[in-house]
Amino acid sequence: MSALDWSRGLTEMTLAFHILFATVGVGIPLFISIAEWIGIRKKDPHYTLMARRWTRGFVITVAVGVVTGTCIGLQLSLLWPEFMRFAGNVVSLPLFLETFAFFFEAIFLGIYLYTWNRFSNPYVHWLLTLPIIIGSSASALFITMVNAFMNTPQGFTLENGKLTNLDPLAAMFNPATPSKVAHVLSSAYLTSAFLLSMIASFSMLRGRNHEYYKKSIRLNMLIGLILAVATIWIGDVSAQFLVEKQPEKLAAAEWHFETGNRASLIVGGRLDPVTKEITGAIKIPWALSLLATRDPNGTVIGLNEFPKDEWPPLYVHYLFDAMVGIGFYLLAIPVLFLIMTRMKRWNAFNRWMLGAILAGGPFSLLAIELGWFYAEVGRQPWILRGYMRVSDAATTNPNVGVTFWLFAALYLLLGIVCLLVLSRLFRNKSAELELEERRIIL
Amino acid sequence: MSYHLIGISVLWLFLYGYLIIASIDFGAGFFAFYARLTKQDPLINRLISRYLSPVWEITNVFFVFFYIGMIGFFPDTAYYYGSALLVPGSVAIVLLAIRGSFYAFENYGSKNNIVYLFLYGASGLLIPASLSVTLALSEGGFILKQDQTVSLDYWALFTNPLSWSIVGLAIVSVLFISACFLAFYATRAEDHAALKLMRTYALFWSTPTIIIALTAFIYLGQHNERHYQNMMDLWWLLALSIAFFMIAMWLLYRGRRYGLAFVCIMLQFFCAFFAYGIGQYPYILDPYITIQSSVTSSSMGFALVVVFIGGMCLLIPSLILVFKLFLFDADYVKGKK
Repeated sequence: MSALDWSRGLTEMTLAFHILFATVGVGIPLFISIAEWIGIRKKDPHYTLMARRWTRGFVITVAVGVVTGTCIGLQLSLLWPEFMRFAGNVVSLPLFLETFAFFFEAIFLGIYLYTWNRFSNPYVHWLLTLPIIIGSSASALFITMVNAFMNTPQGFTLENGKLTNLDPLAAMFNPATPSKVAHVLSSAYLTSAFLLSMIASFSMLRGRNHEYYKKSIRLNMLIGLILAVATIWIGDVSAQFLVEKQPEKLAAAEWHFETGNRASLIVGGRLDPVTKEITGAIKIPWALSLLATRDPNGTVIGLNEFPKDEWPPLYVHYLFDAMVGIGFYLLAIPVLFLIMTRMKRWNAFNRWMLGAILAGGPFSLLAIELGWFYAEVGRQPWILRGYMRVSDAATTNPNVGVTFWLFAALYLLLGIVCLLVLSRLFRNKSAELELEERRIIL
Repeated sequence: MSYHLIGISVLWLFLYGYLIIASIDFGAGFFAFYARLTKQDPLINRLISRYLSPVWEITNVFFVFFYIGMIGFFPDTAYYYGSALLVPGSVAIVLLAIRGSFYAFENYGSKNNIVYLFLYGASGLLIPASLSVTLALSEGGFILKQDQTVSLDYWALFTNPLSWSIVGLAIVSVLFISACFLAFYATRAEDHAALKLMRTYALFWSTPTIIIALTAFIYLGQHNERHYQNMMDLWWLLALSIAFFMIAMWLLYRGRRYGLAFVCIMLQFFCAFFAYGIGQYPYILDPYITIQSSVTSSSMGFALVVVFIGGMCLLIPSLILVFKLFLFDADYVKGKK
């Protein structure tokens, strides 16, 4: 394998590992804040305990998120020095802003963790969650801006192979920014809702029946419903954006080769790599045109309009379908759950429902991975779309293979230890035990 | 003032901030492990975890801030250092990652695991060593450029006394700064046993610090005449540094005013660090990168400075809050909150 392949592999691995923790890091503070607020408002110690327990687990994941984030930050320069020399001028402002957001979050997270019971007014402690939410979401915002810029670069002119006449704000607020940021944030919150209810339903499936778990699931499913609707809606907006600005990405995801109207939406199936024949797919006539242009007769640009060496890999179709599929699953579960809680005859906490909620946790994380792989692989062969190819950006250092394995070992170690610590943290101290210890009896 | 001067001053200030705050952290890791080995751990662990737990993430930010700022103000550095430092840089990141996460695992997860403590302590000495190598690299002669390929001359680096003396200086000053801070923190906590121990450590590590600092300075003169001469022109800064060191030593020896002693040590390193930095002007990487040649465009420089000022308006009050809550709140330090 060449230095380029190793560099790509290492970057993929780091990002794939980091994004799990980053998503949790962005999403969970919102839920901690909501739970603590309800706890104070309703004087219900269950919710306060929820906030405490979530925070305890959250810190562990934040630690891994922070260190893997540091890895990716440095790897940008170590693995892609040519890219950083070329575009570092432009991406540095959002990167710089991100460190401020991170700084802000770091300061207040430290204060939050060590000031439970330190203020006489409980709302003062709750207020500390706000800068944490702002900080974590703002870092997602800024870093997504960098990624959006790589997809739809603007805010500079190209002179003699150098970027000049920089306009930092135009670069940050590029066409891809709004839909990308919105999708990243809403999906991170949605994932967190499912991860938190996953924990509660796991406990219930193991036979615990305390009201605490039911409250947790109810709260998360309610917020989850709103977020699922938002995420799917923003996903649709993102597809509209692709039609306009990155048609090759959408065309690759939909195996749409010939430009034409009344394009059908292709779900699943297999593609013959030579003849480009699609077999075994569900074709929904006109649906792609309808989705892309809001008109069943609308024209959708096909992949054949682009030179072959600018095609993204065609396997992105599977990533896209799986992501969308999971998205609808994550919508269906809260809907079903909330209908069942309304119906007095049914027990919303039956084993099947709990199992389905439990599965939502890993599924939502999987969808995050699939979505990012689709977004990133879908802009191949470009690192800076239209300006610089990935193959021109990588380091020439012959030792990337060694560092790949070094980091693989690191992530394996961190992943295993993190899971062990998390499970030990909660196994040794169940919610019931802690309720008793804190003398919360209902 | 031009953007390159603002940029490099800001970055140097942040690197200095990282030097102090990370030294406390790195040294504390080593002392915690050493204390466990010598069965004195209950004494100082309480002290360490009480101060470090709320701030460990902030320490990390200082570092991230420095290198993102570096890329922002001087994008060429990403190319040269990035190309050359792939392997040592990766090793340093892995160490940082292990340290950061295992600190959290130990502190928020399972307490008192000797393996975690070992990783935490050992990485505390290896990280400053690996990071300080970059300072040696900036002196020139270790990073080679042939045509379009930038590479690191490992042989030259590992056989050069300058690089080893810089590494040595990094390690001993980490232990010195950390011991002095923890001694100060122990007086705040009115923890006399811990204070006695940390005072011994601080006094012990002061001698190697000053000896290796002088050694490194002499080797610098042999390696990079220009830098050495520039620093000699700033002799008054170096003299100030030594004066602050003497005051700190005297205070430590007399066993009083530990807060003032720590401030003196901060000033000692501030003077030396800035003399070193100003002496290196105008190079960031001798002879490839000067701060004028690599500075970012003026529109980006302006944007970065604006963001920096805005960010500081947000951060300084927040940092003051942290200090008030965890450093100067006597009840918290004593463990009553």
